[in-house]
Amino acid sequence: MFQIYCPYCEELREEEEFHPKGQAHIVRPANPEACSDEEWGDYLFFRDNPRGIHHELWVHAVGCRKFFNVTRHTVSYAILETYKIGEQPSVTAEPAVSESTTSTDDVRQGVRA
Amino acid sequence: MNQQVQRLAQGGRIDRSRPLDFTFNGQTYQGYHGDTLASALLANGVDIVNRSFKYSRPRGIVAAGAEEPNAVVQLGASEAAQVPNVRATQQALYAGLVARSTNGWPSVQKDLMGVVGKVGGKFMPPGFYYKTFMAPASMWMTYEKYIRKSAGLGRSPAEADPDIYDHRNGHCEVLVIGAGPSGLAAALAAARSGVRVILADEQEAMGGSLLDSRETLDGKPADQWVADVLEELSGLANVTLLPRTTANGYHDHNFVTLHERRTEHLADCAPRTAEGARQSRARLHRVRAGQVILATGAHERPLVYAGNDVPGNLLAGAVSTYIRRYGVVPGNKLVLSVSNDHAYRAALDWHDAGREVVAIVDAREAPDGDLVGEARERGIRVITGSAVIEAKGANRVSAARVARIDIDGFRVAGPVETLACDCVASSGGYSPVIHLASHTGARPTWNDGILGFVPTLVDGVHAAGGAHGIYALGEVLADGVAVGSQAAAATGGEAAEVALPASQAIAESPACALYQVPHEKPTLRAPKQFVDLQNDVTAAAIELATREGFESIEHVKRYTAMGFGTDQGKLGNINGMAIAARCLKRTIPEVGTTVFRPNYTPVTFGAIVGRHCGELFDPERYTALHQWHVENGAEFEDVGQWKRPWYYPRKQGGKLETMHEAVARECRAVREGVGILDASTLGKIDIQGPDAREFLARIYTNKWEKLAVGKCRYGLMCKDDGMVTDDGVTSCLADNHFVMTTTTGGAAAILEWLELWHQTEWPELDVTFTSVTDHWATMTVTGPKSRALLAELTDDIDLDRESFKFMDWREGTVAGVPARVFRISFTGELTFEINVQAHYAMHVWKALFEHGKKYQLTPYGTETMHVLRAEKGFIIVGQDTDGSVTPEDLGMQWCVGYDKPFSWIGKRALTRSDTARSDRKQLVGLRPKDPKVVLEEGAQIVFDPNHAIPMPMVGHVTSSYYSPTLDSGFALAVVKGGQQRMGESVYLPMADGSVHEAEITSTIFIDPKGERQHV
Ligand SMILES: [Zn+2]
Repeated sequence: MFQIYCPYCEELREEEEFHPKGQAHIVRPANPEACSDEEWGDYLFFRDNPRGIHHELWVHAVGCRKFFNVTRHTVSYAILETYKIGEQPSVTAEPAVSESTTSTDDVRQGVRA
Repeated sequence: MNQQVQRLAQGGRIDRSRPLDFTFNGQTYQGYHGDTLASALLANGVDIVNRSFKYSRPRGIVAAGAEEPNAVVQLGASEAAQVPNVRATQQALYAGLVARSTNGWPSVQKDLMGVVGKVGGKFMPPGFYYKTFMAPASMWMTYEKYIRKSAGLGRSPAEADPDIYDHRNGHCEVLVIGAGPSGLAAALAAARSGVRVILADEQEAMGGSLLDSRETLDGKPADQWVADVLEELSGLANVTLLPRTTANGYHDHNFVTLHERRTEHLADCAPRTAEGARQSRARLHRVRAGQVILATGAHERPLVYAGNDVPGNLLAGAVSTYIRRYGVVPGNKLVLSVSNDHAYRAALDWHDAGREVVAIVDAREAPDGDLVGEARERGIRVITGSAVIEAKGANRVSAARVARIDIDGFRVAGPVETLACDCVASSGGYSPVIHLASHTGARPTWNDGILGFVPTLVDGVHAAGGAHGIYALGEVLADGVAVGSQAAAATGGEAAEVALPASQAIAESPACALYQVPHEKPTLRAPKQFVDLQNDVTAAAIELATREGFESIEHVKRYTAMGFGTDQGKLGNINGMAIAARCLKRTIPEVGTTVFRPNYTPVTFGAIVGRHCGELFDPERYTALHQWHVENGAEFEDVGQWKRPWYYPRKQGGKLETMHEAVARECRAVREGVGILDASTLGKIDIQGPDAREFLARIYTNKWEKLAVGKCRYGLMCKDDGMVTDDGVTSCLADNHFVMTTTTGGAAAILEWLELWHQTEWPELDVTFTSVTDHWATMTVTGPKSRALLAELTDDIDLDRESFKFMDWREGTVAGVPARVFRISFTGELTFEINVQAHYAMHVWKALFEHGKKYQLTPYGTETMHVLRAEKGFIIVGQDTDGSVTPEDLGMQWCVGYDKPFSWIGKRALTRSDTARSDRKQLVGLRPKDPKVVLEEGAQIVFDPNHAIPMPMVGHVTSSYYSPTLDSGFALAVVKGGQQRMGESVYLPMADGSVHEAEITSTIFIDPKGERQHV
């Protein structure tokens, strides 16, 4: 169970208070009628499924009801940052591997199935 | 009563002045306070505790802790108290304990299956599960009966559990798991630094290996240091000690579930407290820790040799534990087979107990450590370069066959000597207990120095002592202090002094890598050499698996069942990997390791459920009028968490109406007189702000810019894929103030939906949303006589049909309290929906009934509501729609604002090629040709019932009822291209072979012009 920092409440809270809402930064096309069927289909249905850094939209559903973004590592499940709607992520690449530890990605070989 | 023949006259942490009677497999025995069930059974000379899973071989106790594979028992004196899967090594003895073998039908001693067991190898070869599931299903049915009858799966109680269980959320800076030397040292260091510490240990007493250690600390017995540390810790306010508590799962972000067994050492049902109060039997602690220290120690690995499952084969360390902690010697003549120095203490303890050590067989050529020297000084025979290659005996070990072995060549290298004995203890080294670290998904790393896997740790998790391969006591204590201090410092603890007790330096010669012991015969032909005793997996099975092409250890595991089930490979996994590595000519790290999963040991469902059962399973929501419904005999229906009146059966001639009769009466009352429905559960969202109207226009399919104050409008909501997601009436209270109603089930999700669009896409719109569902009670007064009734209760609302029109709302008083009255209709009749603040609701409801007597005001429930709305073709989102239905599929183009300036949610999708198809499933009405037929909801529709199977299915029934007004069954359905097929017949083949014919009709069955609601 995650522990998530709500950037509006400014507190770490339990995952039970939140709902995940899928990939973050999906912008609705400003002029839908100008989109081809394929473009509209991409906007509706196609989402990234990365192994590693992923930006997600969450809502503090039984807290402040605010939506916000989470940068999460899909292998280690580490939450690397949370930030408000309208802000951009500061973590967009894997952290550099230090000498003393192997990267979480190497260590966890996708064994969560 | 049997004597405790194997009990020593003194020694051990048991209380000989407190004898306890217990029964095992129907026979009564006696043990002492401080015993486990396992130590008491051994004290009584009970050799056979189970029959093995696959081969039905007799099995005895092997270990002394959580890693025990054989002594898994069914506990409980009464039916309601039955507990399966209890390890006898972990169960404290109490007076009156009743235990049975889980395996061994019809009895462990004399087993019919023993005969079959000899051929069981052929019956259940490696790959049994794989091959069985690949075989025809009928074969599995045959196997299953056989397996279930004989296999030790235990059984759940057939009666309700009399006990209560609970959950507790825990918070600490440092969670220490395991209270052996490293855990105690770590907890002490963290505790003195002032941070909050939880120390959990799975055993009856804290202290771990120190409770049976030969070593001293500060010149005193090691358990004296344990007592001193525990005394200090228990006196500190920042420390919580949790004995009998197993950390079963490590979850994300340092969330650890601890299973505390609170009364299972006392009785099979939780006894009352001294004050007579109930107490919880088990508690699940949900701990969020700043730092987690895994001080889980190591499990000893048995050697894999022929006959290593005959009762009397034990782990070397278990022998020491039984002698030193419980005063029980599990035999008379010991042969010890080892690959390391540490295990020599089993022979020393045995010798101290005054029993014969026949020989120590050491696989190393020239061991010369301190313990080796001590054994030799006592005159114990040490045979080097050799191993026990086979244990002989049927129901108990009778001899050990010993020979020189060539480890690298994997062969027996000399003549075999047979030593008479009744106990063979073995040690192939130690495996750090890495299960919890493995729950994170992190693969452990092989360490050649300790011949074991050490955990790979994620942030915030530490290992101490044996859990990462540090075994010498002095080093373990120092490591514990260092790790404890480090974890405390990371969470803001002050630096604190911890003086280490003086421990002896014991010189050890290096261990050698020995897992499977070679036999004179090749593995496939040698007597069985067991790797996983619980799942009956042999070395031959693993070798066979590799020959059949299974190279990944995960596949070998699944093929052989090694490490399955409640055992989770505690004893066997490393040996199994070593054998696979040998067969595949690879190293152990190249073969890899399997992943351990929660739970570490079985957790009772009661602890998982806690108080969330029975009435507390899920919250129930009641409307403000609930008590009236109860008092008036309503039957209730669950709608989400709401309890809604379903129908109100009346006594007619001494008999209670059936639902069918009640619904027919309620429907007639509404169509002919006046009925009333408690509609308070409908979601209500108060929407305010200068941009409220613009927001509604974007989120709904239809137009809102011209809705005047005092007017209401029905709205449809889509997702951006064009599919209907909710509907309801929204009313304009003021130019910048609206109240939206949603479906009962959709209330919370729609509020979140509105927030989503406002917060993420249109933050520039000045609008706010507030749920007011619970603030307002809604009473739907409907039927031709509703106006007359309401007129008696309001004097400030003009009910005249010209001034208070259909789809208007008015503010005023009803029964003397402030009310909003809406002229909207979900029945097709003249309707007034009265909304009052919830705490006034009962007063208004009762006043309506008082005045309603002369109109035969009839309460109706959700079933009648459904019939009435379906007769009018009003949809229920989620029943007549399923997330794949557009407004056009519903024939509701009248509710779609195609020319609105903003491209509202769902609009663009309506012209996608798939959404615009003309042969989509469309909502239509169905009239069965036989009016007595009420079609089944969900029934599939075909155009041609004579079509060859498989028939193309063209739709299904979404709503279906009997209509008292029509005196006929009728239905709503979705049918491919149905709106162009009015009057055509469709067919509904049923499961019983019959076929119903129905005619496609309009969805509106009554009052097609909608005149009745306008009167
Ligand atoms: Zn918040």
